[in-house]
Formats: sequence, structure tokens, C-alpha cells
Amino acid sequence: MGNPILQVENLVKSYGDVQAVRGVSFSVEEGEVFGLLGPNGAGKTSIVEILEGLRDLDSGRVSVCGLDPQRDSQALKHEIGAALQSTSLPDKLRVMEALRLFSSFYKRRRNPEELLKRFGLEEKRNAFYSQLSGGQKQRLALAMALVNDPKVLFFDEPTAGLDPQVRREIYDIIEELKREKKTIVMTTHYIEEAERLCDRVAIVDHGKVVALGTPRELKSHSGGTTRIEVRLAKPEPDGSLKKLEGVADARELDGVYVIHSHRPPKTIVDLVKHLEAEGNELVSLEIASPSLEDVFIEMTGRRLRD
Amino acid sequence: MRNFATLTRMRIQLTLRNKMFLFFSVIMPFGFFFLYAGVFAKGQPAGVRFFLGPVVALTVMGSFWGLSAALVMFREQGILRRFHVTPVTPSDMLASSVVANYFLMFPTVLIEFLFARFVFHVTDFGDLLATFILISIGTVSFASLGLVVASVTNTMQETQVINQLLWLPLIFLSGATFPLAFLPHVVQNVSLFLPATYLVQGLQRAIFSSIPIWQLAVQVGSLAFWAILTFFLSAQLFRWEPEVKVRRNAKLLVLATIIPFLLLGFWENKYGNIPAQAQSALDSLSGPSKSAPPPDSQAQPDSPK
Repeated sequence: MGNPILQVENLVKSYGDVQAVRGVSFSVEEGEVFGLLGPNGAGKTSIVEILEGLRDLDSGRVSVCGLDPQRDSQALKHEIGAALQSTSLPDKLRVMEALRLFSSFYKRRRNPEELLKRFGLEEKRNAFYSQLSGGQKQRLALAMALVNDPKVLFFDEPTAGLDPQVRREIYDIIEELKREKKTIVMTTHYIEEAERLCDRVAIVDHGKVVALGTPRELKSHSGGTTRIEVRLAKPEPDGSLKKLEGVADARELDGVYVIHSHRPPKTIVDLVKHLEAEGNELVSLEIASPSLEDVFIEMTGRRLRD
Repeated sequence: MRNFATLTRMRIQLTLRNKMFLFFSVIMPFGFFFLYAGVFAKGQPAGVRFFLGPVVALTVMGSFWGLSAALVMFREQGILRRFHVTPVTPSDMLASSVVANYFLMFPTVLIEFLFARFVFHVTDFGDLLATFILISIGTVSFASLGLVVASVTNTMQETQVINQLLWLPLIFLSGATFPLAFLPHVVQNVSLFLPATYLVQGLQRAIFSSIPIWQLAVQVGSLAFWAILTFFLSAQLFRWEPEVKVRRNAKLLVLATIIPFLLLGFWENKYGNIPAQAQSALDSLSGPSKSAPPPDSQAQPDSPK
């Protein structure tokens, strides 16, 4: 591929006895939207914070825009923009003041007025930060990440805690940035978000990258199967569901039987017959089209969502 | 440098929008002023002039209260975290706190002087240059103390507890509330270990006894040295992130802030004459007393020169 703007090799980071990042490697091309998908506590935020130069790494090599985040953190900060998790602004700071203040820190700047307009915050220009809604705060956070027209953007869980409608607004904004060929590294634990926004996704679990590729590649890697989730009246012995027609894989996760099938209609018919013969009953049945969730289940034996 | 300037402006703006500031930095100092001027000095110009030093010192020392609280709040709420990802440095952040505090405190001090002049008819304010320098150095040093407190505490509650523990001895043992000469000898000996004493006594000597700056070298020098030391330490101990806990060696570094006044305290206890100077200032206010003639003020009661 072309020229990576960001490279990570064998990154390791521990906090005391806890190894948060255990040998992660990936690279991001210019103009790409790269996603780190994984459950909370997987180490995504640690990775991103090391890339931003906010935390020191224990071992491995990292380069962002040709700079070492640890050694050249000051120079790097002029090149990146970030919407971090769990940050905030002073309550009594006005929206426009925040944009002006933060843009004043950089050598290269974008017009704050234009950002205000673009992020739909014009009406709120004189509002105090404390008066903004959750969605407006997040829009401001994204606008602030752009004040220095950065080469690489980091969005750490950009939609966490927002309601679905606001989440879609944020998706629109990120899609627009994507059209402008901005390089974005984002973390998320929402499958929908990763599939919709990311060119490539690294699935992260327990501090490791367990799979990496475009969403399409990842899904086809999982065999292009359809996920069928069933609840049963009585527990089913291990392995018996694997023998059903068209089944690639079947496992029990928290009382739900998750079956991956190449031929869903055949599998369902066979399942019903099997249950009848065993004197078991179907309580519920759901069919989900292939998603990154399946890749995650396959790689980790767990679900991404709780 | 530019970051420092814009941050300073932001801090001033934010503080002026904060109602707590109005109470701690404006209403409380003026409360002290009128209590001292009206009750202790009974409205007499000489008395008001005598108490002006302690009142100004209280205003100046109050800096560390608001500053530590603001910084800890900024860290707890993740505001510092947001600045961390920008090119802003810890020194930008800390220096802007100190300078913003200076600009916010100065009008209060100025109004205290104007009250003294126009309400209580004090005409002579002693050595203005020495007063100005002491106020400036005092503000920076106590603001830096606030920054150190902010750096070694993890939560707002901890900060408030430490602030209380520092504040009470600073105001009661330094002569800021009760004139040093009123305090028992043992307490006077203890007071010589406190930076506040040097600020209070320095200001009182500059304003009341018209002592010029070069004769206040001990006060100015010790406070200036301490200001630099505490500021440097606060930059070393600075933490952007709430989850990053205080470093283990931090407590030791904090002990370093005590050393200058520990040494000076021993020296002053052995060779110094600060309590004697405080006594003579008090004597010249209340009339000649049976004690030895005042060493540096031959002035008449009620009109010290």
C-alpha cells in the first residue's frame, strides 16, 4: 500500500501489574478511516493515548506523521487533532471562546467561524459550555479537534453515551470528514459504527489485535455465514447443534445458542426437527445478517456487547 | 509565550464569571479590612495604617485558596486532559494561573488602599516601592503554594482539608490577625518558621514604618526564593490526568518547600530581630512603652514617619 502516516509495531503498555496493551501492530494510510473495535477495557484508549503522545509506551515502536510521540510530543501536537474520552471544558467558557482559545495554541489554524457553521453551533456561539446538550458538547469536541487543520484525527469513542439520533448526527459529520480524505483513527465498541464509518478495522481484545482488515474482508473471513440466535426451553448438550445441516459453528453464550450457518433456511428446519425429536422447545429465534460481531465471537468466544 | 497570554486571559475571564471568586477575593478581604480598620484601629488613621499591612497580606495570601481549588477542579473534570493534547505546556498552564491571580488580586489591594485614604484619611502609606514589591512577590509565592497543594492532592476534599490546615496557622501565627507583638514568645518563635510572617511583617514595616526595600532584604529575598522554588516544584509535580496519582517521591519534594523557611526560622530565632521590630511598631502606635527604645522608628505616636 501507499505511504503509512501512522505506524505501530509491537506496542506494549502496562499499568502496574495490568498489561493493557500486549504487542499491538498496525499501520494507517493517509486518508484512511481506521477503527479500533473492541469491548471496554480492551486497551483501545491506551493505544490511542500513546499515539497522541499523552502516555509513554513500555516497549515497541510508534510513529505518527513521521514523529515519535514520546520524543517529539510537542511537534506532534501541532499535527494532530483529538476528541478524547472523558474530557470537558470549563462550565463558564462560551462556545466561540473555546474555539478561539484552542485555535490560538497552534501554528496552523482554521477559521473558528467556519467550524462553528459547519458543526451547526452558530446559534450556540455565546452559550456557556454548561448550557450545551450532550450532542452539542460532542459536536463542539469534534469542531475543536479540527481547529489546527490536523493531519491525523483521533476520535476516542465519539458517540459513547449519546442517544441514537445524536449518534447518527455524529456519523454524518465523520462521513463528511471521510469524504474530505481526512486521516482518522477512531475507537468504538459499536459494531454499526465501525462497519459504517471505517475503511479498515482492527478488532482489539485483551490488549491484542485479534483480526484486522476491511469490514468486508473480516466478514468474509468469518465464512460469510448468517448468525442464528436461539433460546431453548431446556439446555442442549454440547456439540449437538453443530451437527445440524449447514452449520459452520455453534456455541452457547450466556444462555443463548449462537449458530453460524451457511444455509440458514435448511439449518432452521433441521433445528426444529431436532428439537422436536429431543422433546425440547424453541423459546425464541433471531436471525442476524453477518456483521463484525460474528468475527468478534469467532475470535474471542465472547460477545462484544454485554 | 502566546499560549501563556491567551490562557491568562481565559483564566481571568472565567474567574470573573465565578460567584465564589467574588466572595473569597473581594467580599472576604474587604470584610477583614473594615473589621480591622473600624474595630481594631477604631478608625484612627495611624491605626488603620498599622493594620493595612496585615490586611493586604491576608488578601495576598488568600491567593492559594482559589488557585488550588480551581486547578484540582480542572483536573477532576478532565479539563486539563483536553489541554494536554494541545501544544500547551505545564508551565504555560501554571504560569497563567499565577499571573491571572495577580491581576485579579491587585484591584482588591488597590481598593483597600483607596478606602484607607478616602474613608479613614490615611495620608502616608510609607514606602510604596517596597510595598509593591512585597505584594507582587507575596502573590506569586502564595499562588505557587496553591499550585503545589493542587499537585499533591487527588480530590477536591483533600485540597480543602490541606488548605484549611495551612491557612489557619498562616493567618493566626504570622501577625496577620493578632499583631505579632501580642503573641506569646513561644508562638513568636514558631512564627519565624512561617513564610506568612515575613510577608506580614515586611508589609507592615514598609507601610507603617516606611522602611525602604533594601532594609527588607530578608523578607523580600526569602519570599522570592521560596516563590521560585515552589513554582519549580509545582511544575515538576504537575499532572494533567485525574487517574495519574501523586508520584511517590512527591511527598519528599513537598518537604523541600519547607526547608528555606525552616533554615531562615532557626537563623532569625538566633540572630534576628523581627519580633523586636514588631514590638517597636506596636509601641509607636500605642505610645512609648517601658521596653527598650524602638530600633528603627523614632517617630511620635500617631504619626510614624
